[in-house]
Amino acid sequence: MKTRNKRLAIAGGVVLVIAAAAALILNAFQSNLVFFFSPTQIESKEAPVNRTFRLGGLVVAGSVKRTGVAVDFMVTDTAKSVPVHFEGILPDLFKEGKGVVAQGKLQDGVFVAKEVLAKHDENYMPPEAAEALKNAAISNQKTAASVVTSK
Amino acid sequence: MIPEIGHFLLWLAMGVSLALGVVPMWGAARGRNDFMVLARPLSYGLFVLISLASVCLMFSFVTNDFSVLYVASNSNTHLPLLYQIAGFWGGHEGSLLLWVQMLVVWMIAVALFSRHLPIEVLSRILAVMGLVTVGFLLFMLLTSNPFDRLFPTPLDGRDLNPLLQDPGMAFHPPTLYMGYVGFCVAFSFAIAALIGGNLDATWARWTRPWTTVAWMFLTVGIAMGSWWAYYELGWGGWWFWDPVENASLMPWFLGTALIHSLAVTEKRGSFKNWTVLLAILAFSFSLLGTFLVRSGVLSSVHAFATDPRRGLFILAFLTIVIGASFTLFAWRAPKVGLGARFALFSKETALLSNNVLFMVATAVVLLGTLYPLLLDALGMGKISVGPPYFDAVFLPLMVPTIFLMGVGPLARWKETSVPDLASRLKWAAGVTVVCAVLTGWLAGSIKLLSTVGLLMAYWIFSAVATDLWERVRPDGKGFAEIRRKAGLMPRALVGMMVAHIGVAMFCLGVTMVNTYQMERDVKMNVGDNTTVNGYVFTFKGVQDAKGPNYDATVGGVDVTRNGKLVVELKPEKRVYRIQQNPMTEAAIAPGLTGDLYVSLGEEVEGGAWIIRVYVKPFIMWVWGGCLVMAFGGFLAVTDRRYRRKTGVAV
Repeated sequence: MKTRNKRLAIAGGVVLVIAAAAALILNAFQSNLVFFFSPTQIESKEAPVNRTFRLGGLVVAGSVKRTGVAVDFMVTDTAKSVPVHFEGILPDLFKEGKGVVAQGKLQDGVFVAKEVLAKHDENYMPPEAAEALKNAAISNQKTAASVVTSK
Repeated sequence: MIPEIGHFLLWLAMGVSLALGVVPMWGAARGRNDFMVLARPLSYGLFVLISLASVCLMFSFVTNDFSVLYVASNSNTHLPLLYQIAGFWGGHEGSLLLWVQMLVVWMIAVALFSRHLPIEVLSRILAVMGLVTVGFLLFMLLTSNPFDRLFPTPLDGRDLNPLLQDPGMAFHPPTLYMGYVGFCVAFSFAIAALIGGNLDATWARWTRPWTTVAWMFLTVGIAMGSWWAYYELGWGGWWFWDPVENASLMPWFLGTALIHSLAVTEKRGSFKNWTVLLAILAFSFSLLGTFLVRSGVLSSVHAFATDPRRGLFILAFLTIVIGASFTLFAWRAPKVGLGARFALFSKETALLSNNVLFMVATAVVLLGTLYPLLLDALGMGKISVGPPYFDAVFLPLMVPTIFLMGVGPLARWKETSVPDLASRLKWAAGVTVVCAVLTGWLAGSIKLLSTVGLLMAYWIFSAVATDLWERVRPDGKGFAEIRRKAGLMPRALVGMMVAHIGVAMFCLGVTMVNTYQMERDVKMNVGDNTTVNGYVFTFKGVQDAKGPNYDATVGGVDVTRNGKLVVELKPEKRVYRIQQNPMTEAAIAPGLTGDLYVSLGEEVEGGAWIIRVYVKPFIMWVWGGCLVMAFGGFLAVTDRRYRRKTGVAV
């Protein structure tokens, strides 16, 4: 083979590998990105049905009920709350009134979690949960303000 | 007093490293011998200063000096001594000091073992390392000084995070950092060669052992971290594609690519530009990893408290280092030349493909790690990229990589004939298919994905065996001939074979555990049992116990098989007294063909517990494989070629 053709073949091979990898990556990306939604967004039907997403907020005090391996609790962003169903062992730092992030799907108004995450520091708030609380606080203020102005 | 001395030593070290970064570099540029000879003494001085500063911090930990903010935040009078010592790197400030400590260890190693290098080269190398030290010392002194005082002095400290109170803490961070920072040596060699314009096969031979040693440490460090996560986090996984894990994986991929590319540069003089670029990239990714972990931009188990100034500083430092080295590369690289030519089918092409595949793997990890950050920064919503993405992309990438791993070592330099290769490897291919099917059949089920994994593992085993056989074939002269030929094989070659066997073991472990593991969460009353994969787990109830600084609930689980007791497992639930955090300690019975893994969930009504029971076949092979890879690296660096070079002037 001539040097020129050889070079071309090698360059072609490299391009092929990279193109294949890019196709794979984009495909995997499309189907595996996990978006985050707050209880308020779920309430207003912004969250997708039949697609995995993350939910964050605070575990409502007194809402945790265990039945065997299954556990049900409510997650709130202080404005709205969503019921969560989970089967399995909760992380060590899962506590009522503390921040939590759950990953799963919405089924008939109940968030069925595949995974529940709580971080290993008692004062640590998962950023997603913190964000949900902040947004809810802002919208609470706005509603309060609009109530005041409408009077 | 001691903390002030430590602080002062750091400033002193700052001055010395600045001198080291400037004076020998200037000397090398101007050909002034009196400046260049200063490089080694300055390195020794820097090593002594930093080591003494580390001793000061260690002293503050061991003597419970809670007037030091960092000690007060990461230690406690009730903390066992081992963890008081390991508390040194339990937080942000101390782990930075550990980073610099490791850097000066590498520096002094270069100064001691590279006497044979021409003085200009050695001066430049040490100067570059000195400049890197300047950056890190500045960062430490300006934003995160471990010796900051705390007034009023608290009576006791906040304690080390319970998650970190584990023997793994004593070994994982130092080993990992040793690897991370070790790429600084290859980087400095590359920069020095770019400045001096003397990139050649000799340069590659000097760089190779250093790169391999750093890679060894990184391999072992990552494996240790993975093993630690497996038994400490209590959910039995060994890799989570956590951003911080990714941060260590990217330099590992690049380091692996660099090792292979250096082989070509040394033997054939090809790929010089590419090798230099990889050396720069490997260290840049080590820095990027540090940025990702230390700046708090990522949420992960490893992330420390956030301070935007820190993130900004590292980002600026990163930009300067990467920007400067790439500029230098762009300016000097065209002079380096392309090296010897090679045919389309040759060992060079196989190794080039290895490099391309490892680069793509790095890019995949980088994208998955940074994309959520980018989207968040642009205000386009919060997302996370989880294991499914990485799994989906990695398997198709690894298949060609592993295939080439079998072919590459048997291919010839310059040009190789494909039919010849195919006929040499036909037995290996046959054995691979038979073994993969047989293993699947023995394990109980043959599945597509697991068969692919098993094919990859056996392909490497049998290709290495073929390679070995070709080299030691007795040609009818009997066993003595095998021994003679085996004795002639260079250590570096044996090291490569051993490292590749390690990869095969790793593949086997990953495939087996992913395909045939059994996981079950069950509610158990005292006396209940559950059967997983032929093992009967019987719950015997819980007892209270007291540790040095925690209270524990210890469960008892008897495991029997065919009526015979296999092992008694004692999983624990601990509450550490100071921070009041609960911690799950899994109980594991490790074994060559699989682990039995039990951890306590939570107590439910009437003394029953939720208990997690796992059977993890061949999971030890995952880490065992990594250790074997590292051992292969060890064999390679002890090759006679490198030993002869050290200590003898050239």
